[in-house]
Amino acid sequence: MAPLPYRVRSRSQETADTWTLELDPLGEPVIPRAGQFDMLYAFGVGEVPISTSGAHEGDGRLTHTIRAVGPVTRALCAADEDAVVGVRGPFGNEWPLAGAVGGDLLVVAGGIGLAPLRPAIRHALAHRGDFGTVSVLLGARTPADLLFVGEVEGWRSRLDAEVDVTVDAAAVGWHGRVGLVTTLIPGAPVDPATATALVCGPEIMMEFVVGALLERGLPIERIWLSMERNMRCGVGHCGHCQLGPKLICRDGPVFRADEMMQLLEVREL
Amino acid sequence: MQTLDELIASSPVFAGMPAEYLTLVAGCAQNAGFEEGALLFREGDVADTFYLVRRGRVAFELHTPDRGGLVIETADSGDVVGWSWLFPPFRAHFDARAVEEVRAIAFDGACLRGKCEEDPRLGYELMQRFAQVMIDRLQHTRFRLLDVYGGVGVS
Repeated sequence: MAPLPYRVRSRSQETADTWTLELDPLGEPVIPRAGQFDMLYAFGVGEVPISTSGAHEGDGRLTHTIRAVGPVTRALCAADEDAVVGVRGPFGNEWPLAGAVGGDLLVVAGGIGLAPLRPAIRHALAHRGDFGTVSVLLGARTPADLLFVGEVEGWRSRLDAEVDVTVDAAAVGWHGRVGLVTTLIPGAPVDPATATALVCGPEIMMEFVVGALLERGLPIERIWLSMERNMRCGVGHCGHCQLGPKLICRDGPVFRADEMMQLLEVREL
Repeated sequence: MQTLDELIASSPVFAGMPAEYLTLVAGCAQNAGFEEGALLFREGDVADTFYLVRRGRVAFELHTPDRGGLVIETADSGDVVGWSWLFPPFRAHFDARAVEEVRAIAFDGACLRGKCEEDPRLGYELMQRFAQVMIDRLQHTRFRLLDVYGGVGVS
C-alpha cells in the first residue's frame, strides 16, 4: 500500500511538544473512523502510526495530533503549511460507539490519549440523543499539557455533558483539580448498569482506570482500551506490534479490557 | 436539611462507623466556611483541626524558593483535609487553601485525641480510617512520581 499524498492545510501547536495537523488530500482521500489510525510518512525521514484526532467525512480532510518524540514525529510537527506528507490507512478498528447507544458513555483520557478519543466524543455530542449521560474525564501532567483547550471548554459549557479535568501538578492559582484521573471516576454521573467506558492513555494509567471502573461497578466487557505498540506495517504482517496473541494494528488498536488486562500484567510483553 | 451527625455519617471516611463512635466524633465537630483564597491552615501551624469538605475545593500547596508555589493535590466534596492532628509533632506539613468558597466540617483534633485516649477502640477505628486516606494519597503520589504523561505515549 503506497502512501497517498496530502498537503498540510494547517499546523497548530497544542502544547510545548504537540501539534495538530490538518491535511487535505491531493488525490484519493483516506476516510478514517473514530479510533482508527493512519501511517503518516515524512518523506525522507520515515513513517509513524498516528490516530485520527478528527474525522471530516465530507471533504476527505484528515486531522492528526502528533507529539514530537522522535525524528519522524519531529519532522511531521515541523511540517510547514503546503508541505506534502504521505498517508496510508485507515488501519485498525474503531471505538464501539454503536454498541454504546442507549446507555451512558464515559470517556477517560490521559495526556495525548485524548487525541484518539476526540472523534468519539465529537460523535457522541453530535448524536447526543443516542446516549444517556455523556461524561469526559481528562488527566494531564500540568495545565499547560492539556490538549484542545478551547474545544474542551466548549464541551464543559454544554448542559448535556459532564467534563472533569485533573492534572498531576500545577502552580498556585490553578483552580482545577490536582490528582489522579482515577479520582474523578467515583463522582462521574454514570449508571454502571448501562455505561460503556472508552479509555486511552499510558498503559499503566489505563490499568488503574480499569481497576477504578470495576470498583465503580462497570462490567469489564463494557470497558474499551486503545492500545499503542510499535506499529510498522499497519496490516498485521511485520509483527512489530505483537502483544501476546494479539497484533495491535490488525486486531486493535481498540480492545475490550478483558482481552487486554491479563496481557498488560505480563512484564515480558 | 441534614444534621451534622448525618453529614459525618454519610461521608466516605466515616461511612459505616458504629453509631456510638459517630456520636463521639460529632461531639468534636462544627461547621466551618472559607471564602475563596482563604487558608484553612498554613505549613508549620499547630495541627489542632482537620476538615471534611462538604462543598468547594481545597488546594494543598507547597512553597519552594526556586519553583514558587505548587499545588500538589486538591480535596473536593467528601475528602478529608489534614491528618497531622493524629501524629506528633502535630504540625501542618503544607498550606491548605480554599480555591473556591468552601463549606466544611471542622473537627477539633485535640478533642478527638482525648476521646481516643479514653477509648482505644475509637482510636483504632479512627486510625484505620485515616490510614486508608493516607495510603490512598501515598499511592496516588507514587503513581504521579512515575510521570506517566511525560513519557512516550499514544499519539
